[in-house]
Amino acid sequence: MTDTIREDYLAAARRKRMYSGILLILFVAMLASGFDLAQSRNAGGFLSGLSRIFDFPGELLTEAFQKAGSIPGHMWNYLPSLIETINIAAVATLFGALIGGAMSLLATRGLARWPALIPVFRRLLDICRAVPEVVIALALIFAMGGGPVPAMVAIAFHTIGALGKLFSEVNENADLKPVEGLSSVGASWSQRMWLGILPQVAPNWLSYALLRFEINVRASAILGFVGAGGIGYELKNAISWGQGRFDAAASIFLLLFLTIIAIDQLSSRWRNSLIEGEHGRH
Amino acid sequence: MAVTDLAPIHRGFAKKRFKAFAIPAGILLYLTYAFFAFDIPGLAQRFRSDNAMIMISGAWSYKTHVTQDNRRGTTVAIEGERRATYEDDDWPEWVARDGASTAIALPRDQSVRFDPDAVRVTVPDYGTITVTNTDGVEVQTPDGTLPAWITASNTRADIRLDGGRVSVTRARSEVFRYFPGWELFFFTLSSPFHDMSWGQIAASAVSSEQIRPGMSNIAAMASDFWNNDMWRHKDVVWALFETLLMAFLGTIGAALISFPLAFLAARNFMPVAPARFGIRRVFDFVRGVDALIWTIILSRAFGPGPMTGALAILITDTGSFGKLFSESLENIDEKQVDGLRSTGANALQRGRFGVIPQVAPVILSQVLYFLESNTRGATVIGAMVGGGIGLLLTQAIQTQKDWENVAYYIVLIVLLVMAMDSLSGWLRRKLIRGDS
Repeated sequence: MTDTIREDYLAAARRKRMYSGILLILFVAMLASGFDLAQSRNAGGFLSGLSRIFDFPGELLTEAFQKAGSIPGHMWNYLPSLIETINIAAVATLFGALIGGAMSLLATRGLARWPALIPVFRRLLDICRAVPEVVIALALIFAMGGGPVPAMVAIAFHTIGALGKLFSEVNENADLKPVEGLSSVGASWSQRMWLGILPQVAPNWLSYALLRFEINVRASAILGFVGAGGIGYELKNAISWGQGRFDAAASIFLLLFLTIIAIDQLSSRWRNSLIEGEHGRH
Repeated sequence: MAVTDLAPIHRGFAKKRFKAFAIPAGILLYLTYAFFAFDIPGLAQRFRSDNAMIMISGAWSYKTHVTQDNRRGTTVAIEGERRATYEDDDWPEWVARDGASTAIALPRDQSVRFDPDAVRVTVPDYGTITVTNTDGVEVQTPDGTLPAWITASNTRADIRLDGGRVSVTRARSEVFRYFPGWELFFFTLSSPFHDMSWGQIAASAVSSEQIRPGMSNIAAMASDFWNNDMWRHKDVVWALFETLLMAFLGTIGAALISFPLAFLAARNFMPVAPARFGIRRVFDFVRGVDALIWTIILSRAFGPGPMTGALAILITDTGSFGKLFSESLENIDEKQVDGLRSTGANALQRGRFGVIPQVAPVILSQVLYFLESNTRGATVIGAMVGGGIGLLLTQAIQTQKDWENVAYYIVLIVLLVMAMDSLSGWLRRKLIRGDS
């Protein structure tokens, strides 16, 4: 009896191992052929590029060290465009959080102003989330002719979708008792949301919005590189000047690196304190 | 006693009231600053409403050009493109040859004639406008004055009508007629299926009479659609695949590299604090350098293409994954590992049967989440490194006239990202439910 059970168990285990082995081999084969395909459609090959990978950072660093004295001056000169990049991210996050917050309330079951329209608002949020920033930015640059506004609108559009979804997940866990209490005394929908829901969800909303701000600073720099102004645009110019003037590019790299690290640190500290405050109250 | 107890509560209320006022006021103040920093007042001047109109109407409609050229005679072409020029004996029914003249019908009974001596535009309830271009461009209107919808100069006349536009210069006269929709989306003019209605196409799909000998009609249709050289469906599908490939290779590659490294950064697996610290700083550095900088460095080494994009995603995500994975490794339940240790399992076996089953659902769900967001990211990175649908998109935008292609690509990108979103959501739910 025990022998047959053991036999069956071992056979099942072997079969399972074989299946996962086959899956693993298939997966590795897919990965390898995919990589091969990507390499064949690339301008430069992997191995030849690998040996050159440190060439550009090397040139950049040697020039940066040779002209170390000019770096602080460059960094000071590029400060306004860095501030523009951060402003784009901040305004976009602000608008995205305000509009996304309102839409998340309209898209949450139990809170929505018009329950029949919940699927509509959900789809709208999905679409906002799916549109890549670069699409809107490039189209608006054509209509508006550069400047920070196209990038801001593009990032805000995506932020509405991204934050709207996260916010509505937070809303679903909110306690409905304050809302019931408020509606029993005749509060309007906006009063119920403002006084009954927002105080409950505000710490989590803020924490998600801060995380988004970190992401948006990066996105804003990238959009600048594609043509929307700010530090990314300056970086593109500085690189195109070529060898001999890489000290400007190096100082932008440094500025960007330091900014991203600083914003990440500050926001993660703030987010931790929000989450701890949340736990302390319970 | 009651009075003293209430004081902190009052203070709390005052603080809350101050916050309720100060936060909106702060936001408003910042937005006012941004309003001027972004030069919104100057935006009205910079805003190119003509460009915006071109973009919007180009995205959902197209125009057919009827051109009379001094050298080449009269041609009819969609969007004026050589590839989409009608054969001389196969003009659309609203353009007719009339001896040496060409008669063009426009909506609302408006019409244009290219006569040998002049271009005559007939507008009901207004009269006939005669434009001569033999010796400088000259416009004669029925009442002798120029209405707002006609602009004329010595070298050029431009007449805007309801369903079209007439433009006359010394070298050529052109009529543009607007139509809604995406032109030649399925079949180009060279395809025999272009002239057919949907009913005829359906009928010929099932009929055995071969329009193109040696090929079934469905195969001919598929091949004409697939090789449509105006919309390039083949290249577009290929580019979408390339974008997905970048996201897939980048995400999976990053997961494979950072998983073993995450053990070295987790407190419960790496007892040597300096090594742990070093690995963590490497993760932080890789994340802090940012996708933008990695993309630039990698493009320099590997040149433009999808592999560069995949590697850029790979490097950035290695940092993020390393941090996330090592955190979930630190949160495992040690009891399972202890249990295995008591049976005499070695370190590898403890990892395989004690650790991986605990972290696998968390890690897989994070990988799927990144795969989804990288699909969107790969579009942006593709625009920078020149690969995938991002490249096609930037190329189409740079032409400043192929807005229907831009609209098409945007729809496809949104659908692709939404499909990845649902797929990864479905898989994630399945994984989490399967393990609980």
